[in-house]
Amino acid sequence: MTHWLIMPVVLPALLAPFIILAARYHMGIQRVFSVAGILAMIAIAIGLAAQTSDGMVMLYQLGDWAAPFGIVLVGDRLSTMMLLLMTVLALFVLLYAIGSKWDERGRHFHVLFQFQVMGLAGAFLTGDLFNLFVFFEVLLIASYGLMIHAGGNARLRAGVQYVLFNLLGSTLFLFALGALYAETGTLNMADLSQRVQMIGADETVGIRVASVLLILVFAIKAAVVPLHFWLPSSYAEAPPPVAALFAIMTKVGAYAIIRVYTLIFPVDLEVTAGLHDTWLLPVALLSLAVGSVGVLAAKKLDRLVAFAVISSMGMVMVAIALFTEESFASALYYIVHSTLAAAALFLIVDLVRQSRGHLRLVTDAPVAGAALIAGLFMVSAIGIAGLPPLSGFLGKLMILNAAFDGSPAVWVWAVVLGSSLITIVGFSRAGSVLFWKAESDGAPVPEAGRAAPSILSFIAVGGLLALIVAHTVFAGPIYAYTNKTAAQLFNPDVYISTVLDTQGKLSTAKPDDKEGDH
Amino acid sequence: MELLVASAIGVLTAGGLYMVMRQRTFPVILGVSLLTYAVNVFLFASGRLTPGAPPILSDATTYTDPLPQALVLTAIVISFGMTAVVVMIALGAYLGTDDDHVDDQPDNGEDAT
Repeated sequence: MTHWLIMPVVLPALLAPFIILAARYHMGIQRVFSVAGILAMIAIAIGLAAQTSDGMVMLYQLGDWAAPFGIVLVGDRLSTMMLLLMTVLALFVLLYAIGSKWDERGRHFHVLFQFQVMGLAGAFLTGDLFNLFVFFEVLLIASYGLMIHAGGNARLRAGVQYVLFNLLGSTLFLFALGALYAETGTLNMADLSQRVQMIGADETVGIRVASVLLILVFAIKAAVVPLHFWLPSSYAEAPPPVAALFAIMTKVGAYAIIRVYTLIFPVDLEVTAGLHDTWLLPVALLSLAVGSVGVLAAKKLDRLVAFAVISSMGMVMVAIALFTEESFASALYYIVHSTLAAAALFLIVDLVRQSRGHLRLVTDAPVAGAALIAGLFMVSAIGIAGLPPLSGFLGKLMILNAAFDGSPAVWVWAVVLGSSLITIVGFSRAGSVLFWKAESDGAPVPEAGRAAPSILSFIAVGGLLALIVAHTVFAGPIYAYTNKTAAQLFNPDVYISTVLDTQGKLSTAKPDDKEGDH
Repeated sequence: MELLVASAIGVLTAGGLYMVMRQRTFPVILGVSLLTYAVNVFLFASGRLTPGAPPILSDATTYTDPLPQALVLTAIVISFGMTAVVVMIALGAYLGTDDDHVDDQPDNGEDAT
């Protein structure tokens, strides 16, 4: 058994205490170790992704206890892909936080950052639902600290809302887990997927309640529309590098829905029939529409980007709710794109704030160095709005193509195209107010006390945009890979047999193959 | 006993939900605490209520499911810690703005930067 699979959890878990104990007064050492840790995690994530790319499912049994009794970590194509995406995003966010000196404006940024990365890695790798809850809490409690990093009254107020909403979400998660355990007697995902199949047709009340509660919890995380109210103010008020890192947090909700509703409650399961097409698809279309209207209506740039995140999550959820192999492949492609684009936009928001001093969408005198920021803004706005030539366009095209054969095709096409148009209008309005109309508003003001953004900040933003370009250029191979990932998700037999049939050293063999006489 | 436990969970949840919908942080935090108590009892009951039996496999024929007890222990620790965090953040927000509303007030926090 290889131990690499647990390294993405163990490494930040060791690094964070080291940073806080040994280097708490030395920002330089903290930065070096933080970046080195993330680089090591990227290397590990690449290694894991390479190992699982042939369809192998990696299994790590903690304490060598066999599956339904011990906790397992499982790495398949989806987990390792999300892990790689998360670590790469974390690197650029960290570089930006260092370049813009956001990490110096409060205490313990790097510690909380490492714990956040640990929670995210654990959530992607775990094969146990209660463990998923625990890792959700790890990433949430680190995000509470990051969210109110550098303080300020508005940030604290938004922080209270964010924490309270997530506390309610966690409580709901526990209710769902309790219901699930009461019905099946296990919380291991592979074991659950077998036991849910065995539930008789007339005893499905409890399991249906559990499945709906679970999708509610994940929808809160993914900010699907009736449950999105926590997102705009917390993402707008959070420090920009933190908001950029949070771009992956909504994807954790999407990941959890993909994992649980392919493995435990697959689409052909009688019990949960109708959950995807009757419920998830309409709310996904709704969040797409509400998000883009929010983009058009926002009065401040940070809120505008937050609503763009809701809209792109709606897009992801539409693709998930279609629930075919093809739509899942395009959903995964779009998840990568929307994470990178949203993160880049949040960082650009901070660049705008630094050069302008505020984020209200009103004309203001131009500032020096706005041309580069305007260019970056345009590229990432094109990305998130889904205009050609960037990967957002390709992703939307794939999703529309996947929706073409199904019955709700008219609705999907109408809402996706309409909301894309509104998003484009919203972003062009913001861009022209911020950068073009500024020229007509008098002479440039001297930048009193405002330092120009550092080179490292631009490198971080440029790096994210370069990744989007690469995501576009290599769309063919990446789509082929997400197709294989979706195929693996729809045939979870290898996953289940790997988890359940691997014997642990410490546990005894199964009774039926130990002795034949009982 | 089932009726007693079930109605206790119900009453706690109802009270918690009512408190959560208030506008000020203190009742909301109390409501969240009530909800976490409710969910702890619910988790505990999810392993079935078996009074007077050991939570371990032995020669005796009846035993209590030990796993929900472990789950509850984790849930208690997490909810306790989270409640402490939210109390601190809410206190900071209240002392900073002299206002303890949970919802966004109009024209408040608009020009944060």
